[in-house]
Amino acid sequence: MSLTDDLLAKNTVQLDSKIPAGPMADKWNSYKDNMKLVNPNNKRKFKVIVVGTGLAGASAAATLAELGYQVDAFTFHDSARRAHSIAAQGGINGAKNYKGDGDSIHRLFYDTVKGGDFRAREANVHRLAENSVDIIDQMVAQGVPFAREYGGLLDNRSFGGAQVSRTFYARGQTGQQLLLGAYQQFSRQVGLGGIRLFNRTELIDIVVIDGHASGIVVRDLVTGELQSHAAHAVVLATGGYGNAFFLSTNAMACNVTAAWRAHRKGALFANPCYTQIHPTCIPQSDDSQSKLTLMSESLRNDGRVWVPTNPDETRPAHEVPENERDYYLERLYPSFGNLAPRDISSRAAKRAVDKGLGVGPKKNGVYLDFADAIQRLGREVVEERYGNLFQMYERIAGENPYEQPMRIYPASHYTMGGLWVDYELMTNIPGLYAAGEANFSDHGANRLGASALMQGLSDGYFVLPYTIGNYLAPMLNKAIPGTDHPEFKAAEEAARLRFNGYLAAGGTKSPDFFHRELGKIIWDYCGMERTEQGLEKALSEIPALYEEFKKDLRVTGSGESMNQTLEKAGRVDDFFQLGMLMCQDALDRKESCGGHFRAEFQTDDGEALRDDDNYCHVSAWEWGGDPMKPNLNVEKLEFEEVHLATRSYK
Amino acid sequence: MSNHLKNITLRIWRQAGPNVKGNFENHVIDEITDEASFLEMLDILNDKLVHEGKEAVVFDHDCREGICGTCSLMIDGQAHGPQRGTATCQLHMRQFKSNDTITVEPWRASAFPLIKDLMVDRSAFDRIIESGGYITADTGGAPDANLIPIPKVIADAAMDSAECIGCGACVAACPNGAANLFTGAKIAHLNRLPQGQAERYSRAEAMVETMDEHFGSCTNHGECEAACPKEISIDVIALMHKDYRKAKFSNRKDLARG
Amino acid sequence: MAQIVTSQRGPVTGTATAKKKRRPFLLDLYSTAVGKKYVMGATGIAMMGFVLFHMIGNLKMYAGAADLDHYAHFLQTLLYPLAPKGWVLWILRGGLISMLFLHLHAAYSLTVMNRHARPVKYQSKRDYQIANFASRTMRMSGLVILAFIVWHLADLTFGVVNSQVGEMVAHSGDEESVKAVYASVVHSFSRTPVALFYVFANVLLGIHLFHGAWSIFQSFGWNNPRFNTWRRAFATGFAALVVVGNVSFPIAVMAGVVG
Repeated sequence: MSLTDDLLAKNTVQLDSKIPAGPMADKWNSYKDNMKLVNPNNKRKFKVIVVGTGLAGASAAATLAELGYQVDAFTFHDSARRAHSIAAQGGINGAKNYKGDGDSIHRLFYDTVKGGDFRAREANVHRLAENSVDIIDQMVAQGVPFAREYGGLLDNRSFGGAQVSRTFYARGQTGQQLLLGAYQQFSRQVGLGGIRLFNRTELIDIVVIDGHASGIVVRDLVTGELQSHAAHAVVLATGGYGNAFFLSTNAMACNVTAAWRAHRKGALFANPCYTQIHPTCIPQSDDSQSKLTLMSESLRNDGRVWVPTNPDETRPAHEVPENERDYYLERLYPSFGNLAPRDISSRAAKRAVDKGLGVGPKKNGVYLDFADAIQRLGREVVEERYGNLFQMYERIAGENPYEQPMRIYPASHYTMGGLWVDYELMTNIPGLYAAGEANFSDHGANRLGASALMQGLSDGYFVLPYTIGNYLAPMLNKAIPGTDHPEFKAAEEAARLRFNGYLAAGGTKSPDFFHRELGKIIWDYCGMERTEQGLEKALSEIPALYEEFKKDLRVTGSGESMNQTLEKAGRVDDFFQLGMLMCQDALDRKESCGGHFRAEFQTDDGEALRDDDNYCHVSAWEWGGDPMKPNLNVEKLEFEEVHLATRSYK
Repeated sequence: MSNHLKNITLRIWRQAGPNVKGNFENHVIDEITDEASFLEMLDILNDKLVHEGKEAVVFDHDCREGICGTCSLMIDGQAHGPQRGTATCQLHMRQFKSNDTITVEPWRASAFPLIKDLMVDRSAFDRIIESGGYITADTGGAPDANLIPIPKVIADAAMDSAECIGCGACVAACPNGAANLFTGAKIAHLNRLPQGQAERYSRAEAMVETMDEHFGSCTNHGECEAACPKEISIDVIALMHKDYRKAKFSNRKDLARG
Repeated sequence: MAQIVTSQRGPVTGTATAKKKRRPFLLDLYSTAVGKKYVMGATGIAMMGFVLFHMIGNLKMYAGAADLDHYAHFLQTLLYPLAPKGWVLWILRGGLISMLFLHLHAAYSLTVMNRHARPVKYQSKRDYQIANFASRTMRMSGLVILAFIVWHLADLTFGVVNSQVGEMVAHSGDEESVKAVYASVVHSFSRTPVALFYVFANVLLGIHLFHGAWSIFQSFGWNNPRFNTWRRAFATGFAALVVVGNVSFPIAVMAGVVG
């Protein structure tokens, strides 16, 4: 009996993935044919709370409001348009086959499952691939200015992990343009009264009454006031937890609080150890650095990655002769070359730097060289494709990438793990949904480039509006608990105590200090490469630091006006607890897959070695009252369509 | 490679709330690498302030990649500081010298009421978008994306103005506190595209009139273009003026029907 | 404790929501800042036309007293005998006065609007990048020009401060005597302070036009990459032409070239 089956028998929570029966390609249609519907005139009798206004949140809120539901949308930003989806650069996949290069829904599905190292739920991925086509249509109708060919048709570029060109893009700002498209649609509904927008309002707790998600407790960041909001259903579209590493490409405010508070209220947290390290970021330049900046993966279309073969190389890059350069991606993975998937290229860069071949003043990067591309295509073409990225690089690194190769190094970028959801994107708490990066479902152990935007929009536009109706239909004209219910009062009181606690801690160190220290531990031991020994070390260091955090935290100012230090304290608290879960999950998963690379489990040439007999499952953790004592539940992954195989990009 | 700047004096605006008096407060940063970004310098200052038991300076910031538009700041009399085409978060200390005194002030406009210290409320921008800065296309009914070919030049021109990050620098820099560049950029983005034609004139009319409720008027100084971190051209303002005029003149009859 | 959610929400469909107003179209247009800028632009164009032809007409001065005085007489008797003498001129003057009034009203209301848009000024020194002296002093130059217009009318049209205005002269070959415009101009400019004020005001007019004539293109939305660079050249050229022409008159008088 495999470990998976063994664990399955011990589950404390019933994990029903609700995958519809039938052939893979028909599952989603058959779900839609059989789901319960809410009459258009009855939709306005339902209230749905959407937390987060990124791609998933804004598109879900807009679509639900268009359908007629009452939507309350919450964002901790000053405007819905600030969500971090905006920073995605490269593009969005769509299985349109506009290039006639043999793309299809099946191929996108296959690439995504394979790219995810066979740790994603097949049915969800197939639905994602089906929806990808509609997303492109919808976004063009919204006025997203995707790049065009001279004939006026849409242009595509290729991306890591795929052998077809299926990525739609808007210069290097695809995420921005898509988010603004969704934001505009969302704003239209705000203007028409379909959505009530609460900005600068942060989710503090989820309220669960009689096993159903009944509402949320939020904190008005400007006044510090705690408020409760009740609804028929709650959608969390609150993004990922990459900031657990402190230094990541995420925005400063990205945090795990919403998902974590849901987790503490009973929602299972799946695969927290699946974090993606993006291969092309600008290396850290100094110790006070607050964040890392991503350079789009699309750069790898034309840039060539190399390091000098001599560790003591001191000459400037262009003086290093060809025979003293190691184009290691092209050498190791000839068929994908510089477009090898993210996890693979990241580890290759780490190996090069660990061998002492790193470049730059801190020897902490590898070259991404455009000299060949400039020679082949001309500077104008390169400028047109990547102009703004080059400018951004120059501003940050102070070097001109047209003349010197860029220096890049991997950095934490995306988290595949998240709240466990079923096929309907509902967590194990009825009425609580998770969409976009906040859930775990579509990317398995590694996400392919240009898939995050696709997933956020698919969830928000084309999945939630259907599945929420299916949940709400039977609730028509039934009373739901109001915000005067004792559970709401209790949640408010707990939140008040928690925030007063931070203010009263009276220590000496700022939340940022602890975040930085925590991030360092997680990056060192639960980053690109993990070992049993390292993870155990992390699991002894994090709780100790957490104790220090509780004792030695200092938050100045008050809780009655805008106080960013206080906000940060709450978020860091949750990162500590999540950090412990990440390491426990990484320790528990004794295999290497995708973004989770355990040094003990690798092939002779250093590639990830999966253990499909024992780990072909989702690890969904239940809150056990103590961050160090979570309960493991598993969902077995069955592969009907794609056969488990060793992932090879050679 | 990296140099260190010494003895930077920060003159920072502190104001506890919208209805109390504010003033400049001086802080000295003894030493900082020129690789650091301007906001990282503020992080360092805040860490120091918290350590000393003082309240940290409140300022808006988020992505630190120059794309989300959350950061603001009037630095030495210029919105987003001295470097052209650069948002505050992308401004690095290389732009400054040792012994500099740097004055940091919040953006000032009645449409951007101050919340605290350097943070202002830019919701008025959202009101403009809500009034018409969109294409009405409910989810689900979109035709195939390649149905309407869009000439590359049109798509590129639309993209040029769609790049606006909504930071509000144009309003902050404008001697009149006008939002014509912001509004014009959105109108130019949508009105140039074939998809945006159906609502072209109602959009221009609605957005301009909403803008009028909150902001000052454009007197064509061009300061907005100079402050814009995305270097959006004031050509978009001309386009907005044209479409508004057309909305009022040529399309009066059509609009009257609706 | 429990609640049944009732509908509070608005329509599901709708579009850009300009509030419906019931007022005459021109007032409607004028109600927004953008509309007021059209009025600024349109009245500006009309007054630019006047300023240009006024300057060209006055060049007759260099052709001698008779030419200038006859030109003035021609203006007085425009369309005569279809219309009584002076009527057409007064209609044109009426038009100009309304243009000026609209221009001033728009400027005033936009200024009020802009003051409201930034009630709390920047507390530190602004560092302007593009805004030039002309654009930043439009209000000031406009006010000086207004004062100049008042003086100029009092001086050369109504003769309140010029004893020569109203004198009649008969040039050789004339059947009847005409107003001695040439003489009043020479009289006016032989007073040095008057001549200097005239020069000063016309330089400011040039500065006003330097920004205004360019600004019209933006306000009207006349923008095209084909002629955008040309817009600045037009404004500069126009302003220079008017200034050089106008300023030459008092200088010519003071230098004794004319007189």
